[in-house]
Amino acid sequence: MAEKEKTAKEPMPPLNVWLPPVALGWLVPGGGHFLLKRTGRALLLAASITCMFALGLAMRGAMFKPQSGDILTILINWGGFAGDIASGILYLLTTWLGYSQPDVAGQVHDYGTKFLVTAGLLNVLAMVDAYEIAGGRKS
Amino acid sequence: MKMNLSHFEASFLFALFTSVVLGVVSKRTDRERLSYGLYVFGCFIVALFGIGWLMYFGHG
Repeated sequence: MAEKEKTAKEPMPPLNVWLPPVALGWLVPGGGHFLLKRTGRALLLAASITCMFALGLAMRGAMFKPQSGDILTILINWGGFAGDIASGILYLLTTWLGYSQPDVAGQVHDYGTKFLVTAGLLNVLAMVDAYEIAGGRKS
Repeated sequence: MKMNLSHFEASFLFALFTSVVLGVVSKRTDRERLSYGLYVFGCFIVALFGIGWLMYFGHG
């Protein structure tokens, strides 16, 4: 009889342990790792995500805004908006200071838009990593 | 100011920054992180040239 492998589900770490690094990680790219004293990795994350976002802005990439319409329009615009907002303070400063660009046709603008969204998505990965480090699942 | 990057320059920078982040968040030791980051970057560059040539031949 084959033995069934039991995979015990790891309990979620307490909220006060993981929330501060994850929240700071959202607001400032690499901030969660700084809080957890992973300075080298924090610097690499901060530099990469900020450079990606800054290049996106310099290429006049557009920021997504939530829009209603057909399913594809909703998916693209809400998904893009979620990606943009995941950059935290970079997104907030860009919109507050009026650097948000309208969508323009052209390959450079298009690359810029992708850079902006990807910066946010990379920050989501950094936040997940900060969560795992705070919960003791990673060093 | 508007930065004008070619397809190659934009793709190269995209690959570079994405590889750094994927390397940093993926593995457990610094050595593994470095080798995984380099591996991902290599994959990006191979895909970049591969798809580039594919499009070149596809267009005739």
